[in-house]
Amino acid sequence: MIKVALAGNPNSGKTTLFNGLTGSTAHVGNWPGVTVDKKEGVYKKCAEPISVVDLPGIYSLSPYTPEEVIARNYIIDEKPDCVINIVDATNLERNLYLSTQIMEIDVPFVIALNMMDAVEKKGDRIDAAKLEEKLGVPVVAISALKGAGLNVLMERVYKASKEKRVGKTVLESGALAHLIRDVKIALAGQGVENPLFHAVKLAEEDELEVKAHKDTVKMVEEFKDTFKDDTFGDDFEALIADARYKYISENFSSVVTKKDKEKFASTKSDKADRVLTHKIWGIPIFLLVLFAVFHLTFSEDFLYLGKIFGFASLEDLGVDTEAFGGQLLACFYDGAVFSPGVIINNLWNDIIVEYAFGWLIGLIEGSSMAGWAIGLINDGVIEGLKAVLSFLPPILTLFLFFSILEDSGYMARIAFILDRMFRKFGLSGRAFLPMIMGFGCSVPAMINTRTLADDKERAATIRVIPFFSCGAKLPILTAVAGAVVAYFSVGNADLITYGMYLLGIVTAILAVLFMRNTSLKGETPPFIMELPAYHAPQFKNLMIHLWDKTKHFVKKAFTIIVASTIVIWVLSHFSFTWAFLEDEQVNQSILAQLSMLVQPIFTPLGFGSQLGTYGWVFIVAAISGLIAKENVIATFATLAACLAAMAGSGVNLAGLDIEAEEGIDAVQAMISATGIGIPGLIAFIAFNMTTIPCFAAVGTAKAELMNNKSYKGTLIFWIVSSFLVASAVYTIGSWWWTAFIWAAAIALTTWCIISYNKRANEKLNDGKLK
Amino acid sequence: MQKLLSDFAVGDTGVIKSVGGEGKIKRRLFDMGITPGAEVLLRKKAPLGDPLEITVRGYELTLRKNEAQFVTMEVQK
Repeated sequence: MIKVALAGNPNSGKTTLFNGLTGSTAHVGNWPGVTVDKKEGVYKKCAEPISVVDLPGIYSLSPYTPEEVIARNYIIDEKPDCVINIVDATNLERNLYLSTQIMEIDVPFVIALNMMDAVEKKGDRIDAAKLEEKLGVPVVAISALKGAGLNVLMERVYKASKEKRVGKTVLESGALAHLIRDVKIALAGQGVENPLFHAVKLAEEDELEVKAHKDTVKMVEEFKDTFKDDTFGDDFEALIADARYKYISENFSSVVTKKDKEKFASTKSDKADRVLTHKIWGIPIFLLVLFAVFHLTFSEDFLYLGKIFGFASLEDLGVDTEAFGGQLLACFYDGAVFSPGVIINNLWNDIIVEYAFGWLIGLIEGSSMAGWAIGLINDGVIEGLKAVLSFLPPILTLFLFFSILEDSGYMARIAFILDRMFRKFGLSGRAFLPMIMGFGCSVPAMINTRTLADDKERAATIRVIPFFSCGAKLPILTAVAGAVVAYFSVGNADLITYGMYLLGIVTAILAVLFMRNTSLKGETPPFIMELPAYHAPQFKNLMIHLWDKTKHFVKKAFTIIVASTIVIWVLSHFSFTWAFLEDEQVNQSILAQLSMLVQPIFTPLGFGSQLGTYGWVFIVAAISGLIAKENVIATFATLAACLAAMAGSGVNLAGLDIEAEEGIDAVQAMISATGIGIPGLIAFIAFNMTTIPCFAAVGTAKAELMNNKSYKGTLIFWIVSSFLVASAVYTIGSWWWTAFIWAAAIALTTWCIISYNKRANEKLNDGKLK
Repeated sequence: MQKLLSDFAVGDTGVIKSVGGEGKIKRRLFDMGITPGAEVLLRKKAPLGDPLEITVRGYELTLRKNEAQFVTMEVQK
């Protein structure tokens, strides 16, 4: 099969072209060692099938970003039969800069001149035939969006792939022509493939090339000693980049005919930007967009219609929500119209998953298997699967909205608006979105960190994402806060909830500052980014993107989640003598026994040894929260029933409805059994918010971090930060003056880090001077 | 008159004289078309005063003042 690589700038329509060429044959993987998507597909309309590999979007073949290294290694090592270089005709100069570099490799090469329709619409003209003549490689005008010209393009690609091509350079007539020629001859003499490409890169003193050709680089250094340029001195990298751009602007100005002679003409995008990145309105508009995204995904009162018009609830209307029709209706409406995200979520979880798995569970219950096997399959495996699948709708809805923002070009503007604020923490403006997505669900948020270029910045962001309390943690907040208010008749539940969200954000900021100055130290990555022209997102691209993410999530998360769920289920349903236990006997389980054993560790957190005999319930609940945070409150309900059945536990369920969904009564039962105080309860919330998140998020973090050391570090980071935060909350809540001790400890740590870094810097500078 | 790109006011235009900085940052600036001779318009500043948005080689680019201070400009009237 013929192998073709697709290369081009970001935002040049590369994804659209790839989707247009390969359609449903495409599949996504990862390039080895990095989290950059590798997409492959097959084009079938030629005489032979052509396999197309989508290289990452790049501006250059420099050695500085993983994307660029992947692209150049692929073209050089994998030797595709042809490279398609997609060029955005509306931005010819900068796009051809990459073309002049690909040209230097000995590989057949075809230019796909995209967005010609947009050029013509503006009244400009680009002479594709003339461009082909000047470049000496085939140039085909296409519209990836409309699918126009794709057949012609692929015919020429097919033809080109059958021929050999020798690299050419635009630097032939420049000041470095001699050097490049000599190095090229020397490299060719050593039997190096693609001698021209390597010669040019060596002249640039490219990090990777210097390492690979240590002997030949001397030629460059010798030449450098004899060379002086008025503008660039002996900076060959600058000289070469400049020569490329000079060549492009000299040769291709004749190819383009502009209708509008104005140099800095205003486009439609500029007009949109006048509002969207406005000095005063930019930030409020962004907040509004963000609010709209969350409202459309999570709100149970769409546009606040229910509140405004005072709709009646289904119960008041006399609808039977047990019957199928009523259930279906309840997915869309109950006293208020639900937002689209909630409707999709309800339809998926309450109808599709519920009925499909309900049928399965019924089938297994009716079988003649042993009690423990039925329990393992139904409560362990199937409930685990349900927990995984229930994440899908919010993840996909959030993804859809954020993909729309990304594709339309607005995401780049958000980074532009917020960069200033984030730099203070050693992050770039791009880190904001993944963090804020964390309020919805950590999984898509962690995957979204792929937009961050710097590995250390990525790791820091992934680690603090769970501190932005996700949708599944909200039930813990409302249940415990509700129980505090109900049991101790103090405070205000909303205030506690709000305070906990704030605590999470503060923890995240402190943690990022800490990491960026210690374990994940590194300069704030540079922020030099294209602001692409706004355009309407492509429905087809969005759907393909969404489908890829679904597969990614299900595949990566399934194994680890289901396995972990089964382990926890086994631990909570078997005793040390391997006797199977009913739900209500959970106090005899391995999990409960182990929890009792580790209880003392949780003493500084307020829910350890000081709670006595039944204190382990909080630990069991927190551990079950590792499967999914929804489980924490559900476990309380199970434990309440279990404790009530035990003589002498002191749990009196009179007047309490432990099965109630909000879980407030279940938590109250826990309070009466253990005698835990308010500080301990708040510390319990804080612990759950900052500790290891659910298995779905852990699985995603593992996949995204790629590097095992960093992943283990992340797990330890979560455990340590949750113990610290929860102990601080508990001790300060119990003895207010301990706040001074904590403050002093933080100040001391800060001082140590600063003075250590200062000394390390001085040492580094000394070393440089010597 | 020469001026650093980081000292430009909104609406200023100029031609790039020279680009300084080191390794990664400098190379990135070059790759994005910030090379001597290119014309630049400072289109706007972000709401908090930084980063900057410029038009260069017919497209919009954003960069921080930190990076813009490596770029020396010949101011156009």
